[in-house]
Amino acid sequence: MNAAFAPNEPPLDPPVLSIRDLRVEFPTRRGVLTAIRGVSLTIRRGEILGVVGESGAGKSLTGAAVIGLLEPPGRIAGGEIHVSGKRIDSLPRRQLMALRGKTIGAIFQDPLTSLNPLLTVGDQLVETIRCHLPLSRTEAARRAIDLLNEVGIPSPELRVGQYPHQFSGGMRQRVVIALALAAEPELVVADEPTTALDVSIQAQITGLLKRICRERGTAIMLVTHDMGVIAETADRVAVMYAGRIVEIGPVEDLIKRPQHPYTRGLIGSIPSLAARHERLAQIDGAMPRLNSMPAGCAFNPRCEIADARCRSDLPKLLPSGRGSVACWKLALAEAVEAA
Amino acid sequence: MLAIIVKRIGNAALVMLVVAFIAFMIFQFLGDPVQLMLNAQASQEERVALRLRLGLDQPVVMQFFSFVIRAVQGDFGISFRNQREVMSLIAERFPATFELVMVSTVLALAIGVPLGVFAAINPKNPAARIARMISMVGVSVPAFVIGIVLILVFSVQLGWLPAFGRGEVVQFGTWSTGLLTPSGRLALIMPATSLALFQISFIMRLVTAEMLEVLRTDYVKFARARGLPDRIVHFRHALRNCMMPVVTMTGMLIGDLIAFALVTETVFQWPGMGLLFVQAVMFIDIPVMAAYLMIVSVIFITLNTIVDFIYLAVDPRLRQTGTAGGANVR
Repeated sequence: MNAAFAPNEPPLDPPVLSIRDLRVEFPTRRGVLTAIRGVSLTIRRGEILGVVGESGAGKSLTGAAVIGLLEPPGRIAGGEIHVSGKRIDSLPRRQLMALRGKTIGAIFQDPLTSLNPLLTVGDQLVETIRCHLPLSRTEAARRAIDLLNEVGIPSPELRVGQYPHQFSGGMRQRVVIALALAAEPELVVADEPTTALDVSIQAQITGLLKRICRERGTAIMLVTHDMGVIAETADRVAVMYAGRIVEIGPVEDLIKRPQHPYTRGLIGSIPSLAARHERLAQIDGAMPRLNSMPAGCAFNPRCEIADARCRSDLPKLLPSGRGSVACWKLALAEAVEAA
Repeated sequence: MLAIIVKRIGNAALVMLVVAFIAFMIFQFLGDPVQLMLNAQASQEERVALRLRLGLDQPVVMQFFSFVIRAVQGDFGISFRNQREVMSLIAERFPATFELVMVSTVLALAIGVPLGVFAAINPKNPAARIARMISMVGVSVPAFVIGIVLILVFSVQLGWLPAFGRGEVVQFGTWSTGLLTPSGRLALIMPATSLALFQISFIMRLVTAEMLEVLRTDYVKFARARGLPDRIVHFRHALRNCMMPVVTMTGMLIGDLIAFALVTETVFQWPGMGLLFVQAVMFIDIPVMAAYLMIVSVIFITLNTIVDFIYLAVDPRLRQTGTAGGANVR
């Protein structure tokens, strides 16, 4: 507490989440597959960091590693994860469990399957609240109603006694969010929270996440493959490719001036109404498999401007503009664009 | 909710009527009852008198009608073999079978469910592996083999437990129980164990398989992600969700055992319904067979109806006839 008044305090609060050089491995019979190869990122209080990438890029795994719910045999093989200044990746199972829900909340992809069908929404809220906060049954029930109210569920007094199947998809995702917020976590990891929902409901849910972030100061890690959701919701974006971050920066910079060839490909492949008669741009090829990673930059086989260095040396994530990019060709790429 | 219950009971009654018809047809067409009941020297007058007494001179529909009326009152006629009321024969035998089956089912649930949960939660634990291996044996070895081995070891070799019979019983009206006397309880141990071994193994394997399935679901992962302790995740969330198949199978197992415990009953000379049925088949005792068919059906239908009601109690989704609370389900 006193540290806040220290004379040489940094201008910003320490980040809620800070990941340094995270590596996640899957030992298999044919050898160890490295799914996340050195990811570093930070999220501050009240900030939404979007993590975007195609399937298998490692974005969900990064989220799972933070919650401590990697599916075995997956394991954290290196790096550090700090939440509110406390290192959590090396904690024993019991202590990590105490953090789950309490310090780190999680929102999953499919609201239809995230809730236990046999328990009322209120039961699930109350058990979660009482597991983290020293409240009596009635106090917890009151808090459950408040939470439902906060996430925008109409007539929460009635809804609290209902079962998940009595809720629509969007309402269920609101319940899931209420559950994630039950113990007022500082960080929420939302893994594809809108993917299973209609577009109109998506906007409501992203709006809700933004509001929670603003009102509660919760840091949110928003994992998605949907650039549209990122553009609407996130403050900063990390673009992942083959287990690494290739570009990270403020959302408006990244969308208006993408730097990495992969990010440019991603942004270029978003359909726009203006260019409706053109063929949609696409990135040729597919992401390399974990057991056949190319040498150098993982994107080089699909990159139009790759050269010899891209095929031999791994580019580092270096500051560029207001963000950071991992590309050898950056200077050259800008020259090409200017020409 | 009430509508569902009424509908289920209506269904049960309908099924019973169909079964009654089959039982009646057996009675009607499986040989001539008069022929079977009287010996070859009986005179024509005796035959006609019996025919009249059994109501066999009336039209088939009337006969079926009176058969149902009498069946509902528990009157299944007179056993050909020992000239006694079929119902009183069954009433004598039923408690023995029922007691045996219930004790072994309670054993099976009390041991099988926790073992199954344990094996699912700790798949690599050596004790769980051994339990799974034994359960493999338990589902494959027939009950009578186990019964014979038990008799050989505990009665013949060690002389600890009685090899046959029910021991002393206490009468409560028409119901007799061996649970209240030491010798009755001792006599129950081996038959119940040999019946329960299959059930324990079966239920354990079922619970393990279901638990492994449920533990992979999103809501269990989400429960973990909310930081709920293992105890709550495993029992409140996971186990409850795999109770449906367990309830179904337990219901069927109970019915199955009551109806077909005859092998075990034969091995242990247990004075239950199985033994009665074997004797009825050997003597072509049609009234007993027809009554047996009816009673077994009643038991199955009752159990299935109870299982349905347990479903309703466990799963809120089934209680729903429409969508309440203005929710729009996608």
